[in-house]
Formats: sequence, structure tokens, C-alpha cells
Amino acid sequence: MSATLTKEKEILHVKDLQQYFPIKGGVFGRTVNHVKAVDGVNFTIYEGETVSIVGESGCGKSTTGRAILRLDEPTGGEVIFQGTNLLSKSKREMRSIRKDLQVIFQDPFASLNPRRSVGQTLEEAMGILNVVPKVDRRRRAVELLEQVGLKEEHIDRYPHEFSGGQRQRIGIARALAVEPKLIICDEAVSALDVSVQAQVLNLLKKLQKEYGLTYLFISHDLGVVRHISDRIIVMYLGKVVEIAEKKSLFDNPCHPYTQALLSAIPEPNRKKKKERIILKGDVPSPIDPPSGCRFHTRCPLATDLCKQTDPELKSLGEEHQAACHYAEQIS
Amino acid sequence: MSTFANPQETAKAPVPVSKRKAKGADLAKALIKNKMSLVGGSIVLIYIILAVLAPLISPYDPFEIDLVNKLQSPSADHIMGTDDKGRDIFSRILYGSQLSLAVGFVSVFIGALFGIVLGIISGYYGGLVDTIIMRFIDVLLAFPGLLLALAIVSALGPSLINVMIAVGVFSIPTFARIVRGSTLSVKKMEYIDAIRVLGASDLKIIFVHILPNILSPIIVQGTLRLATSILSVAGLSFLGMGAQPPTPEWGAMLSDGRDFLFTAPHIALFPGIAIALIVLGFNLFGDGLRDALDPRMKN
Repeated sequence: MSATLTKEKEILHVKDLQQYFPIKGGVFGRTVNHVKAVDGVNFTIYEGETVSIVGESGCGKSTTGRAILRLDEPTGGEVIFQGTNLLSKSKREMRSIRKDLQVIFQDPFASLNPRRSVGQTLEEAMGILNVVPKVDRRRRAVELLEQVGLKEEHIDRYPHEFSGGQRQRIGIARALAVEPKLIICDEAVSALDVSVQAQVLNLLKKLQKEYGLTYLFISHDLGVVRHISDRIIVMYLGKVVEIAEKKSLFDNPCHPYTQALLSAIPEPNRKKKKERIILKGDVPSPIDPPSGCRFHTRCPLATDLCKQTDPELKSLGEEHQAACHYAEQIS
Repeated sequence: MSTFANPQETAKAPVPVSKRKAKGADLAKALIKNKMSLVGGSIVLIYIILAVLAPLISPYDPFEIDLVNKLQSPSADHIMGTDDKGRDIFSRILYGSQLSLAVGFVSVFIGALFGIVLGIISGYYGGLVDTIIMRFIDVLLAFPGLLLALAIVSALGPSLINVMIAVGVFSIPTFARIVRGSTLSVKKMEYIDAIRVLGASDLKIIFVHILPNILSPIIVQGTLRLATSILSVAGLSFLGMGAQPPTPEWGAMLSDGRDFLFTAPHIALFPGIAIALIVLGFNLFGDGLRDALDPRMKN
């Protein structure tokens, strides 16, 4: 699925998304401060493509996913899905839209109700919004199991009887049960063995072709991201620092943070010398983020300008944006 | 997780057929293996059997006054002796076990019902609702249990039903706290998020997904609470707030025997033993149940 071919139709547009979590303190639980987990994130996803969000722990990538799904109520911004702003919908209106927007979670051991069999889980998924008529649900559940590489005989088993990889397949089947358009994969393969990871990733790719799915793939694993994505969004401390096509990003990173991140990928070829950029210090607290560019405290190239002004995402040629004052020089 | 987790391969491997039935069998096995729960369970079971069979096995009518044979010590005719009105104490204790068990179950049911509802609402919705409910629960907890029950009974008037209500009310806080805690931990599980993303309503999430997953702590608490409730009801009856004479209630019988402690100690002794044993039984059984249901105890 070449990105250039499918780039006509926008499916998801995230505009200035903010997610602040209040910090309560004192006897009366007053809000004393906020964790600015996601602070003004903008991006667009087109139909049929796979977009990944990468970044280190705590950069707000999962929070972005949860905010889009309205699992947490975002503080501000817009999430425009197929032309409608999800954040303006009431809980009830939101329910009918949910069918098109599904999620696959990270932990295969926590994502299935231990007291419900696979069949019950899948049939329930179809039943909530009555996507499949009651008489057909069981047959459809078997079909789904087969599509994700499981067997009909698995349908009456309970989650504890499966391995991690198999459970993740059940999670995928549950998401597929309502025939969604967009699936958010929140670290969907991070908890799996490398060999199983590859199987599940290939399964996701196969299903994308069959169902014409769009993925928003949230991960910290650059290898996985490289394997599956068309485009990549790099986040740092609640902000997007770079958005680019996969090849363009890996070949020509334009943000110092992305460069540092990519330099951390191990190089299997020993003869190829690779310069490792080691960032100094820790990620600053999202409660009180640095002024100006959020990366300036650790950036090897930071100047006074970076300390004062927050760089906007600017376009650097086709489908490549970076939020750095010196992006042109770096590239 | 096995590294051979190729789905085709693992699918072929024989998977033990462990359905919910097998789970129940495991639990029963664990309960029998544990000596505490075995003893406790046996005591409880014996009480239940005696209560059910009371009309068949009791040698005398528990209400029959026989002033000729009053204050008799235990003998072949009256194995636990007679009280100051000549009533057979053994028969009265048998009928009393019916009463005590019924009272225990009803008051625990009242406490559990309200406790579960309040606890789930509090844990699931959080925020202001949670704060209000939990402060209310704190107020209930701040009262000494028996004092609260006394206050309720004196407001409603002394009767067994009012005692059950009162004891039920003071069971609410413990249930509510346990349920709230369990709800908070289950609520964060990803399968709850998954079902929310599928568009499920709050009611469905609560009843189909949260409640079945927090049942074990509720059952354990219920068993332990039965002991406390039976003891409290006996205590209130002892104080004259519960069962009224001539009802064969253990606490009331104990109270009757108080005046004859030196001349006929058996009148107070046997109801006292009956209370102590059933409380011990439920406590041991509850502890064993908690251990058996605790996943960390599994090898």
C-alpha cells in the first residue's frame, strides 16, 4: 500500500489535542497542578495507511491514542474522524461511532475478561451495537478466529488457556468483529516475544489488505515501526517533533531528537561505523515543561532562540515536517 | 510465554479441558486440604443440618413450660438441662440455630446488597460521587458497630427484624470499602477499556464485566461477616434489644441464664458455647476460603 496512492481521503485529523491530568493535593483535593501529557498535537491520517507514533516512555503517545478513543476525556482540541468532531459528541452519540474506531491493547493478559470464553467475548463485541444479527454471531466468531490464525475449537476456551500471542490474536479478532475503519494499536506487540511479534505484525498487515483498514500504531520499538508503517510521527514530551514518510525519516531525520533516537538502533554490520548520539540528562517533567522548545535542555544544538520560542512544525519538502528552528540546516 | 508460540503448533498441543466446573472442583479441593477451612466448614455444615432437622430431632417443644422440672442440671432426660421455666435447653438451642443462621444471612445480605451498590458506584464513577459516598461510609465506620446498631434499634423499637436491619447497616461500610477497592483495580484492566471502545453502556460494564470479577473478595467478606453478624445479633438480644421472650434466641437465652450463673450455670453455658462455636466455624471457614481464592496461594 503505497502511501502516495491512498493519500486522497482523510480519515482522522487531530487538531491541537491537549490532555492535561490534574494533580490533586491538600485536604480538600484541590487541583494544584497539571501533568501536561499531551500538549497541542496535530496530525492527519489518510485512509488505508499505517501511521506510527514513536517516542520514549511518558512522551504522551499512548495518551494520544486514549484521547482519540475518548477513553480519557481530552482537555482541549479536536479529533475529527470521518468528518465529525468526536469531542463534540455526547457519550450516547459517541457510542454509535465507536463501531468504526477500535483498539488493540498492549497487555494480552489484561485485555481479555478472564471469566468469559473467547466466543462470549467475540459475540458480545458484535452484539453491543448489533453489528451482526444474533443468529449469525457464532458463525462469524468462528470466521474471525480462523482469520486471525486460530481454530474453531478454540471458541469455547477461556483466556487462561492461551499463550500471549494467541491472546493477542483474540484481541485482534475482537477489534475486527465490528468491522472498523481505523484501529489504534497501542503497543500491540510490545509484550510479545520477538518471533511472535513478527507473526502478529504480518497478521495485521494481512488483515489491513483484506479489510482495507487504517492503523494508528503506537510503539516505542523502532524496528517494529520500520516494518509496519507508511508514515511516522515522533513525539517528545507531549509534542510532535517530526512527521515524515518512513523512508524519509529513517534516511534523513530533521530533528535532533529523531536523530538521537535513530542512532540508538543497533547496527548489525560491524564494519559500518555509526555515530551514537547520547543525550544528556533526563526527560524534563511534563508538569513543568521547559520554555521554548521542549527539547532544548538536552539538545546538542540548542541556542538562545530555542530557549525562548517554541518552534512550529514546518514543512521540509513533501510529507516531511519537523519542529526545529534549525531543521533545514540539520537535514 | 513459550517461545514455540506458533499458533498452529500450540493449537495442536493438548490443552487441559478446564472449564468453570473444574475451577469449582479445584476450590473444593483447596478447602478440604486446608485444615482450618475443613474444621470451620464442618462446624458450619453441622449447624445447618441441625437447624434444618430441628423439628425432627428436638426432644421437647422449645416453648413448653414445665415448672416441675425447672432449673434441672443436664441429665439423660434433658441433655443440656432445663431453664428457670423448665424448658428443655437442648431443644431451644436447636431452634435457636435456625434463628441465628437466618438472622446472620439476612443481615449480611442487607449489608452486602447496599455495600456492593455503593462500593461499585463509588469505585466506577469516582470523583465527587466517590467522595460523598466514601465520607458517608467513613461516618458509619466511625461509630462503634454495636453502638450504631443499638441506636438504630432504639429508634425502630426492639424486635428481631429491626436487629437484622441494624446489623445489616453496620455491615455496609466493610462491604462498600472492599467492593470499591476491587472495582478500582478491575476498572483499570484493559478489557474494560476494550468493551468501552465497543460502545458498551456503564450498566453492562458494571454487571457483566466488573461484578463477576470482584465476587471472590465479596464471598470471603460475606462469610467472615456472618460470624460477626450472628455475634452482634446475639449481643443485642442479650441486651434485650433483639429477640423478645419466649423466642429461643441464643443471646436472649444467655441473658436469661445470667440470674442463675451460680445456682444453674448450664442455662448460660450452653447457649454461650453454641454462639462461640458457630462464630468460630464461620471465621475459620472464611479464612480458609480467602486463602483458597487468593491467586498468590496457588503453586
